[in-house]
Amino acid sequence: MFAYIVRRLFAAIVMLLVVILVTFGIFFAIPKFTGTDPALMYVGKQADPEAIEGIRQKLGLGKPILEQFWDFVSGLFAGRDYSGGGTSAHCPAPCFGYSFKHDLPIWPELKEKLPVTLTLAGGACVLWVIGGVLTGVVSALKRGTLWDRTAMTVALAGVSLPIYFTALLSLAVFKYQLGWAESAGTAFGDDPASWFRGMILPWVTLAFLYAAMYARLTRATMLEVLGEDYIRTARAKGLREPVVIGKHAMRSTMTPILTILGMDLGALVGGAILTETAFSIKGLGAAAVTAINERDLPMILGVTLITASAVVFANVVVDLLYAVIDPRVRLS
Amino acid sequence: MSIPEQQTAGGPEPILRVKGLVKHFPITKGLLRRQIGAVQAVDGLTFDVLAGETLGVVGESGCGKSTMGRLITRLLEPTGGTVEFQGKDITHLGVAGMRPMRRDVQMIFQDPYSSLNPRHTVGTIVGAPFRLQGIKPEGGVKKEVQRLLGLVGLNPEHYNRYPHEFSGGQRQRIGIARALALNPKLVVADEPVSALDVSIQAQVVNLLDDLQTELGLTYVIIAHDLSVIRHVSDRIAVMYLGKLVELTDRSSLYTRPMHPYTKALLSAVPVPDPGRRTKRERILLKGDVPSPISPPSGCRFHTRCWKATEVCSSQEPPLVALEPGHQVACHHPESVPEPAPATA
Amino acid sequence: MTDLHKTGAVGEPVRPDAAPPTAYLDVRDLRIHFPTDDGLVKSVDGLSFQLERGKTLGIVGESGSGKSVTSLGIMGLHTVGQYGRGKARISGEIWLDGKELMTADPDRVRRLRGREMAMIFQDPLSAMHPYFTVGHQIVEAYRVHNDVDKKTARKRAVELLDRVGIPQPDRRVDDYPHQFSGGMRQRAMIAMALVNNPDLLIADEPTTALDVTVQAQILDLIRDLQKEFGSAVIVITHDLGVVAELADDILVMYGGRCVERGPAEQVFHTPQHPYTWGLLGSMPRIDREQTERLIPVKGSPPSLINVPAGCAFNPRCPYADVPAAGVTRTERPELRPVTGAEGGRHLSACHMSQEERTRIWTEEIAPKL
Repeated sequence: MFAYIVRRLFAAIVMLLVVILVTFGIFFAIPKFTGTDPALMYVGKQADPEAIEGIRQKLGLGKPILEQFWDFVSGLFAGRDYSGGGTSAHCPAPCFGYSFKHDLPIWPELKEKLPVTLTLAGGACVLWVIGGVLTGVVSALKRGTLWDRTAMTVALAGVSLPIYFTALLSLAVFKYQLGWAESAGTAFGDDPASWFRGMILPWVTLAFLYAAMYARLTRATMLEVLGEDYIRTARAKGLREPVVIGKHAMRSTMTPILTILGMDLGALVGGAILTETAFSIKGLGAAAVTAINERDLPMILGVTLITASAVVFANVVVDLLYAVIDPRVRLS
Repeated sequence: MSIPEQQTAGGPEPILRVKGLVKHFPITKGLLRRQIGAVQAVDGLTFDVLAGETLGVVGESGCGKSTMGRLITRLLEPTGGTVEFQGKDITHLGVAGMRPMRRDVQMIFQDPYSSLNPRHTVGTIVGAPFRLQGIKPEGGVKKEVQRLLGLVGLNPEHYNRYPHEFSGGQRQRIGIARALALNPKLVVADEPVSALDVSIQAQVVNLLDDLQTELGLTYVIIAHDLSVIRHVSDRIAVMYLGKLVELTDRSSLYTRPMHPYTKALLSAVPVPDPGRRTKRERILLKGDVPSPISPPSGCRFHTRCWKATEVCSSQEPPLVALEPGHQVACHHPESVPEPAPATA
Repeated sequence: MTDLHKTGAVGEPVRPDAAPPTAYLDVRDLRIHFPTDDGLVKSVDGLSFQLERGKTLGIVGESGSGKSVTSLGIMGLHTVGQYGRGKARISGEIWLDGKELMTADPDRVRRLRGREMAMIFQDPLSAMHPYFTVGHQIVEAYRVHNDVDKKTARKRAVELLDRVGIPQPDRRVDDYPHQFSGGMRQRAMIAMALVNNPDLLIADEPTTALDVTVQAQILDLIRDLQKEFGSAVIVITHDLGVVAELADDILVMYGGRCVERGPAEQVFHTPQHPYTWGLLGSMPRIDREQTERLIPVKGSPPSLINVPAGCAFNPRCPYADVPAAGVTRTERPELRPVTGAEGGRHLSACHMSQEERTRIWTEEIAPKL
């Protein structure tokens, strides 16, 4: 068990390094090889040559690429100073980059947006896991009935409809037509109740998409598990049906769901762009959109790095949960 | 004869000679795929297969009998030892080098469900060897395939049907027809009837029997069922954990087994005669077969053997002929007077 | 369904019609049908038998003969967990110790499962939950029927594991099924089945997945435990050797029906049905040198969807053209007692006259086996 954890953590660290390397490569190394000047991308098109030179010095673009990479990595852990062109700026650890456009380090802004996205993703996740798994289980147990077919048709719609469609539709119906929902955007600290009311519609809309997927997956897995020999054994022991389903069958059904959940949650941290935009929630996704519009490269880089790290982290958690659930993983 | 213990002088020539055959599957671990051990699936087999005979190979799961079958048909490459087919060393031949051999050596598999491609018609499946070998049989592939289907007792008109339209026994017949397409000399059958129902099993056993008489085939039949092996074989090899423990003709093996393992194995088979169950002497072996990853030292059977002594755990008994044509690898064989103890 | 009750002039009624039954287990006219897209699969179609405590019944048949479906039917496992469409249609009577199970409250039957009647399955690896320890699974089986704390139940589990021959049971109780070898898993399965001292034990192909030497150990264990606990045992298998080892009575199934049933010696030594002859003739013998070819049954097992009228074995029967004794070929042959058989418990369902069958067996079949 211990060796397994160490192995997983080690693999995660290697993965993170690869993520950093790739991100660095995309934003620094590749532009160099393709002949684009990264400095130009940092300051925008109408910058004067002096400013460009300043940026070049600040980023150390003249240094060898390995040294640049080292500066980048050490900045993540120790912070770094950007100086050149007569000005200098300090970027405290963890330094995810420095926005020259706003003359601010990236991290404080990321730190501010991260909880917003996390609450959006987390809240939706709770909803979709409960809704999706329950729907899937009931569908499996009522296979072939009207209930099953209705649920699966709705789920198919949920999987196929793009989020910007369902988001706008739900806004149009629940907010503007019926007036049930409030606008999102109130910070939790200002007015928790208002914040909660504002988040309901984004949560439900985002959860709907995923719940549909989870319902289909749960149904298929549950049907497969119910056909297993050990389920028959559980019944032959005289266990009550709720125990057979809730304990023996659910335990096995959760394994694939957990796998998908880890990946989805990780991806959502940076990937709720459409939802955040549709509901005007100021999270990482919205920050990324703004950054892209403003060509604020360090910000894009920061969001990318955070998202990738979240995916790696979520996968480590899933791997560890695997070991808890499945003794064959733990003991081999 | 180059192998002194093999009593083949005057008898038929060996079609296949196997010497010191070894196959170890490496076990790797960690990111660097470091080898930390090996599954010693087959560990030093020496035997001949005589032309026209049926050699039965029997043993429990994990004894390496299936691996052996794949080695002598060269579906796997041996780790050590040599395999000679009709005097030609085929131990390390590549795909191209084996191609002419493939006509002469064919294999029949256990599972008639998974060994046939469900998307191909029976005609395509049975005719495949002709296409692969680039052979144009007289009268065309279709006519030849239909002749083969008839030969194995299938309706030649079912040429265009798919495997799922056939029952388990019929599918095994398709597999046999495919194996026979190129008129092989040696057929290796790995558990050819164990997936079939009793009544169907008998049909296939009889078919194999008829084909041998008709086409002069040599068989190596691998099975775990000692009753089937007794029925089909001329000579029988008993395997335990990658080793040959006994090799002899059918009647000696079943009437006078010399290796304790063979004796226990035979006594363990339930006899379909309710009157005999109280009278029979049964040897109950302790425990399960050990893992082939770390087999016991010396004689691999010593952990379960009731006759085991110190020498058994330290020295590996060689496979020697204790009687003409009866080879045994045991320090304390049955049915033979104990030789005077050379080492105390 | 009443056709079974009208027996012809030749035979007496196969079993007493009216309750109460005298036997410990009395199965009457059991029918288990499954609706499918291709039609109604009649897996079991009118099966009756009795079994006493302390006795072993061997049910023999090939795949699709309905033998496993029968065992699940007795356990009532075709009526639980049948969600959605395609529910099994079950009729008949199952009397266990004077209680009728088919009409009983499902929860009452559930409380009998695992306590009064228990089951051992073919493949112990897939029959045990991979995520729970062996001990947990045994404890669970014990606690569902006994109001005891975990500690007592665990002690009971260790005791049972010890009884079935697991070395170091107090340590192995916390192992997971994948840490056991095949033979040990089957022992653990048996421990789980016996934890509540059931009076009826059903073993469905208990040794098919095991090696010969391990099979011998398990068969021995089942025999010993039966002596010790005095349970009624049903062994379901395709292996005539296994039934010959264990069974007092044998029931031969073909196409969802019983074609022959009786004391083991009589069924093996004077079989009265052509299908039983076929099984015996198909089987290579371990116990004697055989020079003759095997005598297989021609053709393939029947489809259970369109079972032909008359005898289900008719299309494969080598004696189908022998004149039937006083009935037409399209009628189903009834199970009739073999006259002159010791104890009168040997029954067979064949249209041929008994003289004809005795002649064929002694003159044509027996000498070739």
